[in-house]
Amino acid sequence: MKRYDVIVVGAGPAGLSAAIETARRGLKTIVFDENARPGGQLIKQIHKFFGSKEHMAKERGFHIGEDLLKEAEAAGVEVCLNSIVAGLYLDKEVVVKQGDAVYHYKGDSIILATGASENMVMFDGWTLPGVIGAGAAQTMMNLHGVRPGSKVLMLGSGNVGLVVSYQLLQAGCEVVAIVDAAPRVGGYGVHASKLARTGIPFYLSHTILKAEGTNCVNGVTIAELDGNFQFIPGTEKHFDCDTICIAVGLSPMSKLAKMSGCAMEENGRKGGTVPVISETGETSIPGIFAAGDVSGIEEASSAMIEGRIAGISAAEYLGYTGEEETERDIKVQEASLDSLRQGMFAPKNRGKKIETTDEGCPISTHLLRNGYLNDEEVWNYPGITHAASIHPVIECTQNIPCNPCQDACKKGCIKIGTDMTALPQVDPDAGCINCGMCVANCPGQAIFLVDEHYSEDSATVTLPYEFLPLPKKGDAGVALSRGGSPVCDAEVVAVRKVPAFDQTALVTIKVPKDFAGTARFFKAGEENVG
Amino acid sequence: MNKFDDRFADIGEFVPQPDDDLLVCRCEEITKGQIRHAIHDGMFTITELRRFTRCGMGLCQGQTCTKLIKGILARELGVSPDDIETATARGPMRPIEMETLSHEKNGGSCNE
Repeated sequence: MKRYDVIVVGAGPAGLSAAIETARRGLKTIVFDENARPGGQLIKQIHKFFGSKEHMAKERGFHIGEDLLKEAEAAGVEVCLNSIVAGLYLDKEVVVKQGDAVYHYKGDSIILATGASENMVMFDGWTLPGVIGAGAAQTMMNLHGVRPGSKVLMLGSGNVGLVVSYQLLQAGCEVVAIVDAAPRVGGYGVHASKLARTGIPFYLSHTILKAEGTNCVNGVTIAELDGNFQFIPGTEKHFDCDTICIAVGLSPMSKLAKMSGCAMEENGRKGGTVPVISETGETSIPGIFAAGDVSGIEEASSAMIEGRIAGISAAEYLGYTGEEETERDIKVQEASLDSLRQGMFAPKNRGKKIETTDEGCPISTHLLRNGYLNDEEVWNYPGITHAASIHPVIECTQNIPCNPCQDACKKGCIKIGTDMTALPQVDPDAGCINCGMCVANCPGQAIFLVDEHYSEDSATVTLPYEFLPLPKKGDAGVALSRGGSPVCDAEVVAVRKVPAFDQTALVTIKVPKDFAGTARFFKAGEENVG
Repeated sequence: MNKFDDRFADIGEFVPQPDDDLLVCRCEEITKGQIRHAIHDGMFTITELRRFTRCGMGLCQGQTCTKLIKGILARELGVSPDDIETATARGPMRPIEMETLSHEKNGGSCNE
């Protein structure tokens, strides 16, 4: 039987991070993953991540995955792909299927980082081909280059539902609606807003009544729910579509922990059945650790830190590091984790109704209900100001752990402060030079550069653009409002794409002066403006 | 163990529901009605439901339906899903052909 100091199960963000920490401390470390490519879900995350610099914010997820893998290889981690861990037995013996055989390995310590699987909901027709998980849609698009369908309805307005909806648009699908049984958008407001401004309708307090079709999905009927989650007769709405994406949460894949005899708990707040773990990620069995979604659903950035903490702890468990050193290293990671677990969407605030931001600004109910801010309430927030010359307008209205905009601006126009969940404040007189770094770096695509006095009667709005084909200078079209309806004619006066923008293009449109505060997206071609 | 462990609990009569014919476990083709009937026949744990109806025992080993079954069971018993223990976990974690299992090797490496 082959022996390792540490066996890590799962080469996602948590597993790779854990392996990096153990290997760096001199432990012989192997990582098994059942997939053909390492990185877990990171490899299909083509969007820019939230957080701060230390959490690799504004980097696209798949780049973070590639960097982690390089870091792991440099540290001497052995990563085994196409390797299914079939069981975890007494004395930390692991059985792995590789090729057409099963192999036995023994670890002195085990780190479980198996991640999660997607939840499903039942409705009439849910077993029809065309009803798929949002994660499956993402895998098809971003790993295999296959478009899951042409017209898609998304069920679930959490961050997964919102991010995948955006990626469906990028892949050239039409998203007919985003539907959620909850009365409020579950994910970040900025993710919702970048969809709403393209014209996608949100249906909150609605769910699917029926998927239509005999051999595959060719339509869907949704209906409104009352306060007790019962359908309200007469509120049915039909959409033609060929795909229904389900993004209703994740469940930890914790079976290995359970079969190995770890104490488990049923905890709905953590997503289901999870091993009971200590602050350092250790389960009830000494030497078996769990990190990432398997020990409670969160997101990739916190999974990476949990992984690092588990790795550091495993090194101490095996006597490779002393108590003092371990404590010091863990403290650093815990501070980083703590800073991510702040704000309105923090695990501790799950399910709570928050009505004002930390700054005392009212949370927009229009945003929570429709996915976008209405034109009057935007003035409630410190990122939105008037100025005589070009300046950033930051439509960031919820306390989320994210601050790349502050680092992006070298002129000091944007201030968040040390508390990374604070709303960004714009100093309109700091001397914006129209570099566009804030627009491109904002993971929520919530920053616009506005020149209210471009000429006598016109203004310009510079917006982030991540679709193909890219508009060209001189293109005529219409400007869309925050809610995605045409508001005025618009002309593209500049398109910027430089390496520092990391694939986000900046499109500058010229609009009549009165629309500087309402034009937020561009659509080429003619359309009736009303 | 289930936090809910009252074998004599009175959960009332089986009342048919309009969506009883919905498939819950796709692998073994078990409907919501079959699962609800089994609960009213006295199957108060996921383990019993699995053995009695085979729901969650197919190719995917309950990856998709276990949570749905847990929800149905919790509603019938009138408890929170957190009061119900999930299914027993056993190897192999993923479907593996018997032939592969017969090729058992001691101490391999991913590069061999």
